[in-house]
Amino acid sequence: MAFLTLDKVTHHYFSSTGYTKALDNISFSVKEGEFVALLGPSGCGKSTVLSIISGIMKQTAGNVFLEQKPITESKMAIGYMLQQDYLFPWKTIENNVLLGPAINRTLTSETKETAQELLEEVGLPGVADKYPSSLSGGMRQRAALVRTLINDPKILLLDEPFSALDYQTKLKLEDLVSKLLKTYQKTAVLVTHDIGEAIAMSDRIIVMDANPGTIASVFDVPIELRDEQPFLVRRHPKYQLLFDRIWNELDQKDTHVTSSQEVQTDERE
Amino acid sequence: MKENKSDKQLFQSYKNGIKREKKIVFAWQIAILLVFFTVWEVATRMYWIDPLIFSSPSRVFTVIVERLSDGSLFSHVQVTLIETIIGFLVGTLSGIILATMLWSSQRFSDIADPYIVVMNAMPKVALGPIIIVAIGPGYLAIITMGAIISVIVTTLVVFSAFREIDPNYEKVMRSFGATKWQLFKEAVFPAALPAMISTLKVNVGLSWVGVIVGEFLVSKQGLGYLIIYGFQVFDFSLVMSSLVLIAIFAAIMYKVVEKLEKWLIKHSR
Ligand SMILES: Nc1ncnc2c1ncn2[C@@H]1O[C@H](COP(=O)(O)OP(=O)(O)OP(=O)(O)O)[C@@H](O)[C@H]1O
Ligand SMILES: [Mg+2]
Repeated sequence: MAFLTLDKVTHHYFSSTGYTKALDNISFSVKEGEFVALLGPSGCGKSTVLSIISGIMKQTAGNVFLEQKPITESKMAIGYMLQQDYLFPWKTIENNVLLGPAINRTLTSETKETAQELLEEVGLPGVADKYPSSLSGGMRQRAALVRTLINDPKILLLDEPFSALDYQTKLKLEDLVSKLLKTYQKTAVLVTHDIGEAIAMSDRIIVMDANPGTIASVFDVPIELRDEQPFLVRRHPKYQLLFDRIWNELDQKDTHVTSSQEVQTDERE
Repeated sequence: MKENKSDKQLFQSYKNGIKREKKIVFAWQIAILLVFFTVWEVATRMYWIDPLIFSSPSRVFTVIVERLSDGSLFSHVQVTLIETIIGFLVGTLSGIILATMLWSSQRFSDIADPYIVVMNAMPKVALGPIIIVAIGPGYLAIITMGAIISVIVTTLVVFSAFREIDPNYEKVMRSFGATKWQLFKEAVFPAALPAMISTLKVNVGLSWVGVIVGEFLVSKQGLGYLIIYGFQVFDFSLVMSSLVLIAIFAAIMYKVVEKLEKWLIKHSR
């Protein structure tokens, strides 16, 4: 049964000089516990899709359902992780991590304990009282992960959460996130530029096309790769096969990819 | 071990260098002050400049000591200081409150925009006579002058700081379902704190301008009144004494605000 459904979602960005059609007729659904990756060229509307699912932005046409209910009515906690950690520099790590409970007024000594446990689980013991500025990029992104997980979200939206990190840190974090999501059985949508990352982490890959953003094709990740650690997936023989198929798909697109353009509405006579 | 010692020696000589430079700068500062007062004293004694108009350091000193010992100066200094401090606080706080109101409603800020531009361009001291007629010639009018002169500038600076916050912080907050007020309290206000702190120093100086002009107009009490009074009875030693006192107290207040600023920055990161 579909957990999250996007039904003919279209989105326009408006400005005083014109409008951009960022998404055109996007439909897909995600099952509970499934991990879906969105892959596509820059500007094809991946971040827009996530913002709409998270409820931060309202689509201009179409519907989004979470457990058959429109997202506007759903009170389900959604975890949203951005490309950079966006930890608040004036808060300690502990207070950053507890931001969600503080906002929802569910802050108890129990949540504080959970925060400690989660911080330890992601390999950040003893940083609770430090400020983000004294942590490395990878440590900060792990703290941001805890901030997202502490609300126990049913669905996680990951917007290129590893792209600002160095390769080694990135591989380690992929393994960590993948392990955590499996143990807590979370549904997740991951946005990425990186074909390898999409294959290594997800169960299904949705390739998008730009101008306006549409779904170009969908690839199922072979069952053998799904339950493997991301690091080991990259060595699997089937990995390269899928990689090449997706590469070819994107390569065809590349020939006619142009940068996004705004439609100018000329109101002068 | 040996290397360690030479490291320490290098550090020591670095510190000594800094100390020496500080001493040289301080010596020059004192020298300039002494030269200024000496030239002033000598020039009036030799009648190079008119001692009736320019007074002299020795006379200024006598006037200050005399008026301090008979108690007639104390109340003037006290009145001016209190007016300036209150004007400074009221101006700064109202500016921050106004900026918060502008931030809270896009429509309100659009509507208020032209009025704020005009009020900012307006030389505030020109409003003095009207304020005195409206409020009555007393402390309240003078404090209003001290406050009104800094309130619009503060509003503009703080409002633009509120708007410059990284929209991704807003995304993080919204993904946790934060209300507008929570967004303000947790993200916007702390992010704008450095800008608010930097207006403090500017506002101290502005409040002095407002208060002194106010005392010119109200002509009842205070250092501004002493200047006008001395001018009217042709007692320029009194005028100079008031100026010297204003310089001293304005500098002290500035230093106090500077300390406060450092403290705030340290405790608000
Ligand atoms: N706030 C906005 N106002 C106007 N246009 C926007 C806005 N945000 C995005 N767009 C446009 O919408 C389109 C999709 O943007 P989006 O950020 O979703 O792309 P993306 O796939 O996430 O790109 P990237 O991989 O570079 O992050 C782009 O053409 C972009 O120019
Ligand atoms: Mg994006």
